[in-house]
Amino acid sequence: MITTEQKKFEEIEQMTKGYNRLLVLGCETCSAMSFAGGQRQVSELAVALRIARKTAAQEGEILEDAVARQCEPEFVDLLMDIVADCDAVLSLACGAGVQMLAERFPDKIILPGCNTMFLGVTEEFGVWSESCAGCGSCILDKTGGLCPIARCSKRLFNGPCGGSQNGKCEINPNVDCVWQLIYDRLKGLNQLEKLEEIFPIKDWSSSFHGGTRKIVREDLKL
Amino acid sequence: MKSGSNLEKILASGQFAVTAECGPPKGVSAKAIQRKGDLLKFHCDALNVTDNQTAIVRMSSLSGCVLLQQMGVEPVMQMVVRDRNRLAIQSDILGAVALGIRNVLCLSGDHQKFGNHPGAKGVYDIDSIQLIQTLKLMRDEKKFLSGEDISGEIPLFIGAAANPFADPFEFRAVRLAKKVKAGADFIQTQAIFDVPKFARWMEMVRDRGLDKKVHILAGVIPVKSVGMARYMKNNVSGLSVPKELVDRMADAKDAKEEGVNTCLEIIEQIKEIDGVHGVHIMAVAWEDIVPSIVDKAGLMPRPIV
Ligand code: SF4
Repeated sequence: MITTEQKKFEEIEQMTKGYNRLLVLGCETCSAMSFAGGQRQVSELAVALRIARKTAAQEGEILEDAVARQCEPEFVDLLMDIVADCDAVLSLACGAGVQMLAERFPDKIILPGCNTMFLGVTEEFGVWSESCAGCGSCILDKTGGLCPIARCSKRLFNGPCGGSQNGKCEINPNVDCVWQLIYDRLKGLNQLEKLEEIFPIKDWSSSFHGGTRKIVREDLKL
Repeated sequence: MKSGSNLEKILASGQFAVTAECGPPKGVSAKAIQRKGDLLKFHCDALNVTDNQTAIVRMSSLSGCVLLQQMGVEPVMQMVVRDRNRLAIQSDILGAVALGIRNVLCLSGDHQKFGNHPGAKGVYDIDSIQLIQTLKLMRDEKKFLSGEDISGEIPLFIGAAANPFADPFEFRAVRLAKKVKAGADFIQTQAIFDVPKFARWMEMVRDRGLDKKVHILAGVIPVKSVGMARYMKNNVSGLSVPKELVDRMADAKDAKEEGVNTCLEIIEQIKEIDGVHGVHIMAVAWEDIVPSIVDKAGLMPRPIV
C-alpha cells in the first residue's frame, strides 16, 4: 500500500485559511488504511477545523466527503457537484490523488492534507514500514525476497556494510539492517552461495531516474 | 606493476607498509594539508586523504591529494559513493590519474545523516564493491561503464576497506573475497582494538587464500583519552572496543602515553599475524603522534623502492 501521514494541524490550518467553503476529501483505500485520510479522519479533521475557525471568528463552512479511490477518474468525476460548490479542496489522499483532483478540476484550488510516505506494509497495528522503492525492475529473486534498495540506508547491492552491528543498521539502532535479514533468510533457505556473487551495477533508467514514468497497455485500452 | 606507486612497490617487494590518515581542512588552507604532509612524509609510505569523512564537508580529497603530491608525498585518494554518481566517479578518476594520483581507496562512506548536512540526498548510484569493479574495468580494459573506450592508461592501485568487526562475523571474509574478486589490490581495515577477533578473521581470510591475492594493512587508532575510548566503545558503529581498554585508559596516570603504548602493543601483535602486510594509522586529530609511533614500533626507516 501507499502510506500517508496527515500533516500537522497548524500547517493544514495555515494552508486552508481564507478558503471559506472548504471541502475535506478523504480516500477510502491506502490513506484510510494508513489511518490518515479515510472517512473517519475526514470527520475528525473537519470538526477540528470548524472549532479552530469558530475560535478565530473566521467565517465559512467545512464540507466533508470521501471516495473509494482518488487516483481514478471515474471516482473523482462523481464529485463534480460538491467540488463546484466549494472554494478549495483539502485532499487527504496520497500525492497521486491530489494530482488527479488538480487535473480533473482545473479551476479549483487543491491542497494536500497528507504527506505521502512510502510503499510499505503494516508491521503491526499502528506501525508501517517501507518495503518497496518502485524501482521498475524487481530483484527480489536474488535477495531472498527482501529489498536492499528500499530498506538498506545506503542502497547497497553487496551488503552488509561495515556498519552492520547486532542486526541493526548503522544509522539507527531501531532500524534493522536489511542485509543481515537477507543473510539470515538465505542461510535458512540454504542459499548463502547467492551472496558470494557480486551483484551487478543497476540500470536506474527504469526507476525515477529515467524521467517520469508511464505504463501504457495497448491490450487494455478501450 | 599495475600503477607503479610507492605503496604498490613496497607491498610487492614483500616489505611491511605504513600508511596514515591525513584529513583535509574545513576550509581553504593548503598549509593545513602541507603541514601534515611534512610531519608524516618520512614515516609513512603513503597518506590517505579522506573524502568528506563522517559526511562532514571538507576540502575535496582530490585537491588534498594534489597538494601532497606536489610536495613529494604519495597520497591515497579516498573516494565514497555517497556523494557521486557513476558519471562523476569516472570523470574524477580521469582527473586524478591526469594529476598523478595512483592509489585510490573505494568506500561507501558514512551515511549523510551523521554529518553536517543531514538533509542531503545520498547518491549511492553504485556501491563500494561496484566502485572497485569500475576502477578495475577502467584500468584493465580501458573502458568506461558504458562500454566506450577510454583514451590513455589508467594506472591505479585499487584499495578497499574491510571491517572484521561488523556483523555477521562469519560473512566478513566472504565480503572480503567479493572485494578481491571485484579487483581490490590492497585493503585497509577498520581500526583494531580486539586483536583475538581480528586474528580469527585473518584465519578465515587465509583459509580462503585471500592473503595471497590482496595486501592487507591492519588499521589502528592511537587513543588520546579515556573519553575518546568510551566514545568509540559506545557511539561508533562497526568498532569493537574491549572494556579492558577503556579501564586501562581510565586507570592510567598519563592517558596519552597509555594510548600510545596500547597502540604499539596492538601493532606488535598484528605484525605477527600471517597475511598482514602493513599498518594503517588513523590518528584523527592527533597526527603529531604518528612519527613517534612508527619509530617506537620499529618501522623506521621506511624503505626506498
Ligand atoms: S548497516 Fe545494513 S542496512 Fe545499514 S547501510 Fe549498512 S548494509 Fe545497509
